Amino acid sequence: MINSRLRAIIVKEIWAIIRDPRARILLIAPPVVQLFLFGFASTMEVDNIRIGVLDLDGGRWSREVIERIGGSPNVAEVRLLRSDAEMRDAIDRQEVIAALRFPPQFSADVAAGRGGVIGGVFDGRRSNAAQIVSSYVQTIAGEVGATAVPMRAPPGGQSIVRNFFNPTLEDQWFVLPALVAILASVSVLPTVSQSVARERELGTFDQLMVSPLRTYEMLTGKMIPPMIIGFVNVTAFMIILPLVFGVPLTGSLVPFYLALIVYLAALSGLGMLVSVLSSTQQQAFLGIFVVINPLIILSGYASPVDNMPGWMQGVAATNPVMWFLKISEGTFLMAMPASEVLANTWPIAIIAAVTITLSAVLFRQRME
Amino acid sequence: MKAASSLRRLRAMMVKETRQILRDPSAFLIAFVLPMTLLFLMGFGVNLDASKTRTGLSLQDDGAAAQSLAGAYAGSRYFDIRAVGSVRQLRERMVAGDIRAIIVIPPDFSRDTARGGGTIQVITDGSVPNMAAFIAAYSEGVRATWEASRAADAGRQPTPPIALSARFWFNPELASRNFLVPGSIAVVMTMIGSLLTALVVAREWERGTMEAIMATPVRMGELLVSKVLPYLALGLGSMALCAVVAVTVFGVPFRGSVGALIVISTIYLYPALCLGLFISAAFKNQFVASQVALLTAFLPTMLLSGWIFEISSMPAWLQGLTYAVPARYLIPQLLTVFLAGDDWLLFLPNMAVLFGFGSLLLFLCIRATRRRIA
Amino acid sequence: MARPVASARGVVKRFGEGAPPALDGVDLVVETGRMTGLVGPDGAGKTTLMRMLAGLVDPDAGEIRIEGCTPDEMDRSRIGYMPQRFGLYEDLSVSENLNLYADLRGLAENEREERFAMLLRFTDLARFQQRLAGNLSGGMKQKLGLACALVREPALLLLDEPSVGVDPVSRRELWAMVRELVGEGMGVLWSTAYLDEAEKCDSVYLLNEGGLLYDGPPGDLTGPLEGRVFRIALPEKSRRSTLRRALDDEAVADGTVHGDAVRLLMRKGGDVATVAKPSGADDAKPVPARPRFEDAFVDLLGGGPGGSSDLADAYRDIPPDDTPAIAADGLTKRFGDFTAAHDIRFTVGQGQVFGLLGPNGAGKSTTFKMLCGLLTPTEGSGAVAGYDLRHARAEVRQSLGYMAQKFSLYGDLSVRQNLDFFAGAYGLGGRRAREAIGQAIETFHLQRYLGQNAGGLPLGFKQRLALACAVLHQPPVIFLDEPTSGVDPIVRREFWTHINGLVERGVSVLVTTHFMEEAEYCDRIALIYRSEQIATGTPDELKAMAGDGDATMEDAFIALIEASDARREAA
Repeated sequence: MINSRLRAIIVKEIWAIIRDPRARILLIAPPVVQLFLFGFASTMEVDNIRIGVLDLDGGRWSREVIERIGGSPNVAEVRLLRSDAEMRDAIDRQEVIAALRFPPQFSADVAAGRGGVIGGVFDGRRSNAAQIVSSYVQTIAGEVGATAVPMRAPPGGQSIVRNFFNPTLEDQWFVLPALVAILASVSVLPTVSQSVARERELGTFDQLMVSPLRTYEMLTGKMIPPMIIGFVNVTAFMIILPLVFGVPLTGSLVPFYLALIVYLAALSGLGMLVSVLSSTQQQAFLGIFVVINPLIILSGYASPVDNMPGWMQGVAATNPVMWFLKISEGTFLMAMPASEVLANTWPIAIIAAVTITLSAVLFRQRME
Repeated sequence: MKAASSLRRLRAMMVKETRQILRDPSAFLIAFVLPMTLLFLMGFGVNLDASKTRTGLSLQDDGAAAQSLAGAYAGSRYFDIRAVGSVRQLRERMVAGDIRAIIVIPPDFSRDTARGGGTIQVITDGSVPNMAAFIAAYSEGVRATWEASRAADAGRQPTPPIALSARFWFNPELASRNFLVPGSIAVVMTMIGSLLTALVVAREWERGTMEAIMATPVRMGELLVSKVLPYLALGLGSMALCAVVAVTVFGVPFRGSVGALIVISTIYLYPALCLGLFISAAFKNQFVASQVALLTAFLPTMLLSGWIFEISSMPAWLQGLTYAVPARYLIPQLLTVFLAGDDWLLFLPNMAVLFGFGSLLLFLCIRATRRRIA
Repeated sequence: MARPVASARGVVKRFGEGAPPALDGVDLVVETGRMTGLVGPDGAGKTTLMRMLAGLVDPDAGEIRIEGCTPDEMDRSRIGYMPQRFGLYEDLSVSENLNLYADLRGLAENEREERFAMLLRFTDLARFQQRLAGNLSGGMKQKLGLACALVREPALLLLDEPSVGVDPVSRRELWAMVRELVGEGMGVLWSTAYLDEAEKCDSVYLLNEGGLLYDGPPGDLTGPLEGRVFRIALPEKSRRSTLRRALDDEAVADGTVHGDAVRLLMRKGGDVATVAKPSGADDAKPVPARPRFEDAFVDLLGGGPGGSSDLADAYRDIPPDDTPAIAADGLTKRFGDFTAAHDIRFTVGQGQVFGLLGPNGAGKSTTFKMLCGLLTPTEGSGAVAGYDLRHARAEVRQSLGYMAQKFSLYGDLSVRQNLDFFAGAYGLGGRRAREAIGQAIETFHLQRYLGQNAGGLPLGFKQRLALACAVLHQPPVIFLDEPTSGVDPIVRREFWTHINGLVERGVSVLVTTHFMEEAEYCDRIALIYRSEQIATGTPDELKAMAGDGDATMEDAFIALIEASDARREAA
């Protein structure tokens, strides 16, 4: 099925990627940097918190709360503040993310059953972290409160929280499967985008064009090797994630890999489109940079697609990374059934068809 | 006489550089198109605050209390009840991504509530942990409010023994946009300072114009200055555009002074530009320079500056690395000047560090820029 | 009187440990009032030496003096330096470029108007002051580069290959301009790979592989060859076979096809009368010819290669056919309202070498690209090996071998991988591919380079590999785009020995060149100038059209261009 021309160009492209020191950078740097930076940096948990305390009460219950906060594993330091002015400065300078002010009558109010109120000030410049810290404090306040007046009133209702797919809400369980989708894009897109532009710049393009290679052979030949690289990278992650990072792999691999191939084709098509439109490697680089940012930001990785305004969700629907990220999360954590994988694959297939067709058309046109 | 001719050379080089910026599409791309894309993505595309969560309800009790609580969820501004059914059915919907949470009201809920208890179950989609945590907290808020209002109706006034009255300074509505959008300015200035400058100088090497320039009496110092000043102006221009868009389009408050913003940006651009010049002087090739700029400037600014991801939550080795990222010292200044106001006690130490970075890079740059080819 | 302005003594430069020296103990003096030529093929070390004199490269050993100073102490405003790509900012206009260099070289404001007016008149760029340098033609860029180098009158003018790829008219004008400057007492160093330019210098330094082969007046080098160079006029059919036999003859040092004749350089004491003549051409008399600088260069290198080509020996015989191998019938290409090539028509018979001669940007590449199917003609039609360009592009491509301008193989791939790829790309598989590749390796002596990156090969081997890849599938038609620009004459001889051998096998060749010498190797030539085909014929017919029997190809070209311009003006 594969004729000698097609085989020759595939082999050549593989060599070109492996032997070109610049292309090698593109091959090695993204996965490593991704794994380390994204894997470790992009935690949404809030740890090592510094909290300021202004204790105007000094009674039993304020000390109890402060002690419990200091003992929390998420809190690195409790800084004692002496005045309201100091409290304001500590927040302003970002020395602490939150400051808790215990009013003079605090312990007395608690003991008397009037209810003590802690005044909490949080740094809204880091609104996300601030909210999480506030919920930590809330929880501790509730727990201390419960011990303060054990038998006073009926216990009231409660909710039991269960987290499907990721019971202890491990951040890495989310981040690493998402990284599978992103990694494939950062390893495939730049490599494909350089392929045609590089030949143009090095002057080998004409040489290629006068050979009897057909357009589809050239495009296929240039798209397959980066897809192989993406395939290998993803496979490596599929092994490393469960073994090294303990991310559960619950879904079945066959639909996942079928979807992966469609996804890699869509990425190649997109990269090829950029490559065909660029006349230098420089332009291809800037072009892919302009493309890759929205792809990642709108993938659901940076923030859930659900939170975007409706029109933005429409834009995100044209993003293959967004669809495959769902498949990856689903296959790792949710035991996603094949029908669901398929439901998320056909949009990718449409993207692949459109980008590949368009780049073939433009490739022919740009030959002139 | 000497000074006059030096000044004239400098002026000539800067005029040339400015003309090139105005005629170069990649300068336009990096200084205006990319910043606007980034700003709009951050302003509209990224939203860390859970909005209405699509929720499934499994109502297994037909008592009045259960109905009332279900109504409370349905009426909440945090939840959007999309589906009703058994937990098993709803779980499938969750796998499909239709819903993110399931509220389970168990068979005996109304009876238990009457006795002063009543436990519900909140099931979240743990595959997105950050969202799951928010959902759990919001759900508890809805339930507690519902309980409190029932108690009030019954004439009981249960004050919680210890309550937290939380105030969020600078950003009371807790809009993540308010830190994402100003933070984008750091990325924009990094791109112009480091990536664009690296590209431009490397291009002069590739096209052979650097060779011709070096054969003239121009001094290396003049050459460096003539590259720095126009791109400083471009960086500030782009920053100003971003700031205006941030305030007008995205409604980000601006509580500091314009002067402070300009000083902060200028001092940040000093190390950023020197890094760009150093990269291009060291590599002299546009492609390699762009890759290096990406790895040493862009990615660290995105990931390690404390802009999106909390530095304090990173592993220690990575936290150590963040101290070498100039943007780490810019982000607090930017957020403060936008959201809090001028606070020179916060600005000055950060500026001092940035100035130190800049001077170190300038030194490396001068050492790398010699009047020699090869 | 002549006074030295710049000198190099015993300069050595190596790039990288263990690399062969780029310059190996070179001495050179540039004097005022003399045109000093720095001549040699690409990679000889010309640019490195130029950069040393401009103070941009430090020698590892030896010393550089500019007006008695070291490069660090010298007054840079006294040097005019034009690097290879002219050092122009393409996104600045002509006058912006001039002003920039005037400021950098410290030309006083009050002198500026007069100086600019003079330079613009001198370079004939006054009409184009507002045009971006990037939009100028090659010849105009070169003149602007010169103007920028001259913006404040230097004592030393360094010109690094100023005439590459520029049309002969501009080249001649540039030469005249620089001559004039020399007359005013400037010291000029002009580097070039065109050996014919060397003959016109007052004094020449001939570099090869970093070493100085010769220095002195060019006449002293060609003088001793007087009486050893001959032309033998021969019919087209027997020219190449005669040349092949002659080159295999011990008495012959070098030889080329030269228009309607074969041109031979005899070894010292070799007798031209003994050179075998083809049967039936007994009347062909060797006529003494004027020795050229290139003859001297080849002689210095110990003579050219033999006349037999292993490549041709192993090549298949192309069956004779009456249909022309290449036919262009009114080919026209327009890009928007710009006509890049207009009404080009010619045919190339089987077993002929046909040349497209013209300056860069004249339209020869456009014509060439239409014929190999890279561009679709706006009007007209063409055929290659009997296949119509419009309907049978794939067949056209399969039947031609293409060697692009400059080195355009995959530099990061090894020699072996390049060969494998091109074999596959031309549909050779399995045993056929192995045989063809094995043959190529043997013919071109590539064995010891097989694992090496093609980009790192010595120039001559790059040339061989490019040819090897182009003919792996033994095509009946070969397209050569500027095949030998910049290579040393020995490599060029070897290359043409292969081509001549293939032509004898019945292969037809289309070659583009801006290199006048190379045009002489063709059976017929079309001159392309400003998108028009202004003349077609054998080299000797063209020379005759120029009206002077003793004219060089360049003279002929210039005369024809001037006639064409005159017709254009009249119309």
